[in-house]
Amino acid sequence: MSIAGYLSLTDADLSAMLEAIGVSSIDDLFEQIPEGVRFDRPLDVPEALPEAALVRHFEELAARNADTSRELSFLGMGIYDHYVPSIVDTFLSRGELLTAYTPYQPEMSQGVLQAIFEYQTAICELTGMDVSNASGYDGTTVAADACFIARHHTGRSKVVLAETLNPMVRQVVKTYAPGFGMEVTEVPHDGGTIDPARFAGEARDAAIAIFQQPNAFGCLEPAPELAAAANEGGALSVAHVDLASLGLLEAPGAYGCAMAIGEGQSIGNYQSYGGPHYGFLAAGNEFIRRMPGRIVGETTDLEGRRGFVLTLQTREQHIRREKATSNMTTNQTLLALAGLITLCWLGPEGLRELGETCTALAAYAKERVGLPLAFERPTFKEVAFRTPIPAREVVARARERGVHPGYPLGRDYPGLDDVLLVALTEKRTPADVDRLADVLSEVCS
Amino acid sequence: MSDANAGARPKPGLIFEKSKPGRRAGRVPSYGLPVPELPAELRRESPPRLPDVPENDIFRHFTQLPDRNFGIDTGFYPLGSCTMKHNPRVNERVVGLPGFRDLHPLQEDEGAQGALELMWELEQILAEVAGLPAVTLQPAAGSQGELTGLMLMRAVFADRGEPGRNVIITADTAHGTNPASVTMAGFELEKVATTDRGNLDLEDLRAKVDDRTAGLMLTNPSTLGLFDEGIEAVAEIFHSRGALLYYDGANLNAVVGRSRPGDMGFDIVHYNLHKTFSQPHGGGGPGGGPVAVRSEIEPFLPAPTLVREGDVFRLDHDRPKSIGRVRGFAGPFGVFVRSYAFMRAYGPALKDMSEAAVLNANYLLARLKDVYDLPYDRLCMHEFVLSARTLKREHGITALDVAKRLMDHRIHPPTIYFPLVVPEALMIEPTETETKERLDEFVDAMRSIAGEAVNDPDVLKSAPLTRPVRRLDEVKAAKHPIVRYPFEPEAEEARIEAG
Repeated sequence: MSIAGYLSLTDADLSAMLEAIGVSSIDDLFEQIPEGVRFDRPLDVPEALPEAALVRHFEELAARNADTSRELSFLGMGIYDHYVPSIVDTFLSRGELLTAYTPYQPEMSQGVLQAIFEYQTAICELTGMDVSNASGYDGTTVAADACFIARHHTGRSKVVLAETLNPMVRQVVKTYAPGFGMEVTEVPHDGGTIDPARFAGEARDAAIAIFQQPNAFGCLEPAPELAAAANEGGALSVAHVDLASLGLLEAPGAYGCAMAIGEGQSIGNYQSYGGPHYGFLAAGNEFIRRMPGRIVGETTDLEGRRGFVLTLQTREQHIRREKATSNMTTNQTLLALAGLITLCWLGPEGLRELGETCTALAAYAKERVGLPLAFERPTFKEVAFRTPIPAREVVARARERGVHPGYPLGRDYPGLDDVLLVALTEKRTPADVDRLADVLSEVCS
Repeated sequence: MSDANAGARPKPGLIFEKSKPGRRAGRVPSYGLPVPELPAELRRESPPRLPDVPENDIFRHFTQLPDRNFGIDTGFYPLGSCTMKHNPRVNERVVGLPGFRDLHPLQEDEGAQGALELMWELEQILAEVAGLPAVTLQPAAGSQGELTGLMLMRAVFADRGEPGRNVIITADTAHGTNPASVTMAGFELEKVATTDRGNLDLEDLRAKVDDRTAGLMLTNPSTLGLFDEGIEAVAEIFHSRGALLYYDGANLNAVVGRSRPGDMGFDIVHYNLHKTFSQPHGGGGPGGGPVAVRSEIEPFLPAPTLVREGDVFRLDHDRPKSIGRVRGFAGPFGVFVRSYAFMRAYGPALKDMSEAAVLNANYLLARLKDVYDLPYDRLCMHEFVLSARTLKREHGITALDVAKRLMDHRIHPPTIYFPLVVPEALMIEPTETETKERLDEFVDAMRSIAGEAVNDPDVLKSAPLTRPVRRLDEVKAAKHPIVRYPFEPEAEEARIEAG
């Protein structure tokens, strides 16, 4: 055996250890593997790299990506180039958190447990809900989690999804639904948003009805009316929301939603080519015992001091096994804590300002970009423009000029090949929008 | 308060208790643009009660919290089944390169060639390790890999015209995720017993596997840390009756370069990148749960899949037989970067990694089996399970007491009360990166605790004595759940009085 990678075994250690075990070689330890299934050639994998060479290899790979520091980008559609405060990197590099496991042993884990409790509080405040779990995988799987809750809470099997719910979220729900014994119905949009009457019609015999605010076209849905439509039909009303919007937009709890879910990336996580990020799932108190995943609760120790523990664990797979509310164990804690720190750093004022700047930039883009709007609806930080040539072509041509102008909606919506979705975050400036406008007018003419 | 050490221990209040209106940290640029009015019925009425705290205080708060936490960086962490190995910091450095960190997932494939090549290389290594040719990186964690695997089985049998195969068999030693995944995937569960040697009971299996069986889910080595000596016969029983085998990769760290799930007869395998390949556990996550399959199952993998055409890589969304998407985008990319970096630091010596893990576990087993019960007296793989049942019977000391006392030795306890087939279980997994000196310290601590059980059991019952909190009342937490800060002024006053 060699001293490779991060190993440290000396020859002297090896012989002392083998002697203590009472065997004469490493091979003896693997005798329990039947001969027929032993692997007896070297692994055919690339050679080992010392750290400096390793870094160079990764720098070369990274250099072949057009990231948003290299290309002026207006891509959004669920993942956004918002500013991540420096405090996030500092905190997430602390080994006591980064290298800790799930806090099953609370006396060893008060730091992460308290932070999760604070995260739950912040998510409840933003969404207007009573209880939040300590994260789901991402903004897609929390929608499937919500369906599983609804299946058991209502006994019904129909899932209603607004067509303006992010396409990936809908795809994941459709993948999970058969296992839950559920079937999915989609409600088409009407001029960019969902018609509440139509939503109510579908929700009448449904377990759950999910819409997105702001929706996948960047438009603001009549969210309170959609929630009411779902509730009247006896379906659980679920809003898929952007945390970054909740300084300006009303909390789903305030307009009667049963649950609020979403992708947390826009608060505190880098884009990272799609993950890892955190999904959040918050609900009213009546759902607490059906929630998936970890939940931290407050309690006291032997001496009466406040402390925190994982609680209601009888919901979970390691106790309840096949009757658990979910199979989830590893979640997205570290990314969720990045969200918490960002929310603390922004505070209520900063979160409102963030929303205002995004909305203001979006309004400025509507003014500056010389293309017609695809939908006559109020917006938050994304704007859908109608393009005179296919939007995919616009993207290709604009990228040649160093600008990624946004997402061609035709990739997911067959009728919308001529619609370009432009995302504005506080990291873009009015000058950036001017450049976008210039490039779009060049490539569209 | 009676605690003499109270003054020495930091007692960080909640960040919400440090809030004072008018204070703030971050500021957002406004660019002097006019802010449009949003429709009144959609506008937020009252602001969320996020804390108003200056940046210096936020730093102090989030510096004090890790001080009350314990990670691998802090000390020995032999948490069985969790593979708490060293997390190299070079992995954090490379994941932070702007070309990875700031790459939008909907970037055109030609603008993401470096990322796609990295993923392709990772897939190649994973395929070689498992001995199976086709890989999806999409699943977010091991349990989602399990669910993906079960969905694949359903798709395979639907495609074969055998939709009646609806039963999944698991071992009585299985992780809780296995049965929970079975339920979420809409299958029925059947359990197979384990023999006295810790292998699957072949008689029991032969009686249970029939034309309703979709497949087996198995961890090998099992959660007892034992390699199933009858694995070839197990595979034969399932395959000869048209069923499939799923490998739960939770314990893959035992066998890399020594035995491959595909060669054992498994058709579908998940990996835990956060265990075997060193993605830090992060206090609960993130993880990564790629899945590898035989070529016959490849058409059903989640879309998109990754394709190489010459020197060009692209994501293929046109997958008519695919089970669909199981999470957003191409998977937890940052986890891929870290795990690929970890693999490249070892190269073919990944085999040495598993050998050292198995050596370390057997060394601990040899040095502890005279003071704790050993229910399965065999050489182990990367982990082993002891029992405190004699300590309990003779001295009233439980596995929980042993675990809590280890904390006073600045050692994270092993997994306790799992697997369920062993009473008072202590499941110990040292991993490959611990030195003999650390292992010896652990042996000394465990032997000293066994001595205290005889001579000073009260100290074990009251442990831990050196952590920021003593044992916590978990029953109270579950009975009257407080799962968010309540904000009510009375509650805040009560807290201040309580100190």
